[in-house]
Amino acid sequence: MTPQSDLIASDIGAYLRAHERKSLLRFITCGSVDDGKSTLIGRLLYEAKLIFDDQLAALEHDSQTVGTRGGELDFALLVDGLAAEREQGITIDVAYRFFSTERRKFIVADTPGHEQYTRNMVTGASTADLAVILIDARKGLLTQTRRHSFLVRLLGISRVVLAINKMDLVGYSRATFEAILADYRAFAARIGLSDVTPIPLSAVHGDNIIAHGPNMPWYTGPTLMQHLESVAVESDSGGAAFRLPVQWVNRPDADFRGFAGQIVSGRVKQGDRIRVLPSGRESRVARIVTADGDLPEAVAGQSVTLTLDSEIDVGRGDVIAAGDSPPQVADQFEATIVWLHDEPMLQGRAYLMKAGTRTVSATISPLKHRINVDTLEHTAAERLELNDIGVCELELDRAIPFEAYCENRALGGFILIDRLTNSTVGAGLINFALRRSQNVHWQALDVDKQARSRLKGQKACVLWLTGLSGAGKSTIANRIEKKLAAAGRHTYLLDGDNVRHGLNKDLGFTAQDRVENIRRVAEVSRLMVDAGLIVLVSFISPFRSERRMARELFAPGEFLEVFVDTPLAEAERRDVKGLYRKARRGELKNFTGIDSPYEAPENPEIRIDTTTLTPEQAAERIVAHLQALRVSGGA
Amino acid sequence: MAFPDIVGHFRGKFDYDGWLWYALQRAEEACDMSRAASDTPPPGHEAGGAAAAGAGTHATPGSAAPAAAALTHLQRLEAESIHILREVVAECERPVMLYSVGKDSAVMLHLAVKAFYPAPPPFPLLHVDTTWKFRAMYEFRDRMVRQLGMRLLVHVNPEGLRLGVSPFTHGSQLYTDVMKTQALKQALDEHRFDAAFGGARRDEEKSRAKERIFSFRSAQHGWDPRQQRPELWSLYNARKHRGESLRVFPLSNWTELDVWQYIWLERIPIVPLYFAAPRPVVLRGGTLIMVDDERMPLAPGEQPVVKKVRFRTLGCYPLTGAIESEADTPAAIIRETLLARSSERQGRLIDHDAVASMEKKKQEGYF
Repeated sequence: MTPQSDLIASDIGAYLRAHERKSLLRFITCGSVDDGKSTLIGRLLYEAKLIFDDQLAALEHDSQTVGTRGGELDFALLVDGLAAEREQGITIDVAYRFFSTERRKFIVADTPGHEQYTRNMVTGASTADLAVILIDARKGLLTQTRRHSFLVRLLGISRVVLAINKMDLVGYSRATFEAILADYRAFAARIGLSDVTPIPLSAVHGDNIIAHGPNMPWYTGPTLMQHLESVAVESDSGGAAFRLPVQWVNRPDADFRGFAGQIVSGRVKQGDRIRVLPSGRESRVARIVTADGDLPEAVAGQSVTLTLDSEIDVGRGDVIAAGDSPPQVADQFEATIVWLHDEPMLQGRAYLMKAGTRTVSATISPLKHRINVDTLEHTAAERLELNDIGVCELELDRAIPFEAYCENRALGGFILIDRLTNSTVGAGLINFALRRSQNVHWQALDVDKQARSRLKGQKACVLWLTGLSGAGKSTIANRIEKKLAAAGRHTYLLDGDNVRHGLNKDLGFTAQDRVENIRRVAEVSRLMVDAGLIVLVSFISPFRSERRMARELFAPGEFLEVFVDTPLAEAERRDVKGLYRKARRGELKNFTGIDSPYEAPENPEIRIDTTTLTPEQAAERIVAHLQALRVSGGA
Repeated sequence: MAFPDIVGHFRGKFDYDGWLWYALQRAEEACDMSRAASDTPPPGHEAGGAAAAGAGTHATPGSAAPAAAALTHLQRLEAESIHILREVVAECERPVMLYSVGKDSAVMLHLAVKAFYPAPPPFPLLHVDTTWKFRAMYEFRDRMVRQLGMRLLVHVNPEGLRLGVSPFTHGSQLYTDVMKTQALKQALDEHRFDAAFGGARRDEEKSRAKERIFSFRSAQHGWDPRQQRPELWSLYNARKHRGESLRVFPLSNWTELDVWQYIWLERIPIVPLYFAAPRPVVLRGGTLIMVDDERMPLAPGEQPVVKKVRFRTLGCYPLTGAIESEADTPAAIIRETLLARSSERQGRLIDHDAVASMEKKKQEGYF
């Protein structure tokens, strides 16, 4: 029986009170595949007598059948929970483990070592106070060691345990340990990691896990458990200024209007003067409401509901902050991005950005550089692939309250979400706001879109014709414009080829250039619609994501997607400009339909089947559609 | 914004007075309840807001106010769970809370009451009933729902009922699939719920340890462990297409000990079966099974004996093993749990079917 279990047996109340005051350390284990991470955690749990008898029996059974240690206890099997992991003997996903000792409670995120699962490692690191980075003593520093160290530093974990494992396989050699340590310190200094505690280990045999053991008398530092139990835990941002991102407005009846959220930094008292961002309105805290009664004061980490002493407009996504030191508000940032998805990040593409409790649209423009985590070099890049890290500028559709990530994780960290698949595709850290965003204000004009449209006797809109090259877009657009002009409408036709001769002559046909091509045309169309024109856009515009981005620039009903639907075989048969023949011969790269995808619209406002309609019939149908919508006046 | 609709939807059906009664009752219990020596939560040390309320008087000497680091482990867990519950209500259209009547459900429900106070929790409860729960669970469920005044939906797989699927006749695997997994999917589809809270914890089982807090499910309710969304900081991605849904686990980071300690500190009512009492049991395959009603077929010569037993987890009585115990208070249970040498789910027969059985069940849509 340990002293702990004596106390449990004799005075459970005393034990529980002591237990409740224990501090919590959240840490991650990371490193390259096969460095022994799962084995290390299994060993920690085993040595700390935290494995239950039935788990031990199952472990003995599994070690015999699927173990990789020739029937000896394979501790990795304790934590590798997914069937695929057991079959392949590797860790795929973050596993969270919970244990406590006499001194502390621990939550461990065991993160995968394979490069393809770096995203899971980032997930585990985002909530950790400390990182245990494992190194196989036989191999020394590997790419993954550097990558994970860099990510650990990037995500703001300042404390690192360098666990040099498998010392049994290098004869417990002190020289090997010292050499790896020197290598690591050199790298750590370059990325600004200063708090590194090196410990030589054998997870398989248990050396320096709980006790020192006889094999490495030359090592006199703390064992892993001693260190984990005693290392200082970073306190929350309790000293910083008060911030509460509003999650939900609580209105059970007409008399109560509370703003619910978790305090991410600082403290708040009844009567405190607060400011709501981004609106900038001020008020005072009337009550701090909880189900256990009103509080006189609340601190970082608590989930509360605030009521204010004046009726001001506050909603989800707003930040309630200390009145005398509110966060800044901006709509353009420099940010560091870790890309988490197989689909690459494209410059100019708009993603959803969730920051705090607010979700906005964010466009990457431009990507400044990619960071090579091996050499720490910055290299020019136009896209980020899975697991790439880069620095880019972000343009938001609305201003948001923020703080730099290094100042406040909750207001400086964000995720990027793909607009079509809803996948979480990137994680980002705000570095700073771009100066231009703070100085360029939206100019409110007295003569507006409605006034300009009225003068022309029409309702401004954009007809967005999309389809394969040679589908007949330009021919049809030309006829529509002639009909509208004949009816006295004010129009403009933006044609793909023509725009590429001028505005977009710097762009090629790679995926990211196509995205930028469409972004510019969409913005130009928006200006023209604002000028009161009926705009015809005739662009292949192959990606759904960009067409959706274009659509979102306009008011509902202003954007009419016209799918000029010509099957590839038919377009290739017509081949008016001879482009398909060139593409088939390999003389044209990235040709839509041949070696670059075309994503057909799912719900276009108008679909034109060119195998059954002539261009004239198509134009008539579209003009009729406009008339029905009363876009082109009474007609 | 979906929330106002939901409030409107339930306002007529919600017994606000009943709910308020529960909240007040709880508050009074927390303040006045006479406290037996070792079974007593320490004063001023209740989890959550109450501790901070009293913190002025319990602050460390020399500091006028509590330092942020003074939040206890349970206060942090409570605040995190409340944050999760609110995110779902803010971002999803039709949330529901899976209520299994067990202790984890009791804690989750208690947290929901706290998260939306003074409003009632803006979602209904859903009990996927197999008809084989302990009688005491049905009684407890109905009493809780009455007290809270919350809307309870009970769903039984009508097909399973028609075919008379029972754990005695069809084996635990088929029975679980039909009466739990399929039944759950039916209920979620029928009510078009797009988010369902569950009380699962990561410390329960190995494949649970790898599940996200916001766990995305396909329109067929499938779970793909290889395609889980990265979950960073406390930023949860609740976006999904029509038909797809989320399972959300507010207790992900709680351990069994945390749950018991919270029940003890917050005086959360739980089903009496958790406490040791004399009950009729038979020994089958090394497991003590309680004879809860006359549907239990007894083998020739098998004779129920009365033993003082309790249950570490509660499910369907024919599948839930009891343990012999003297623990009849929360503190005694914690004491026994801490000194125990076998893990919590051992009494639950469905995990023993195959090594990766839970993972497989989850991929098929089991909670």
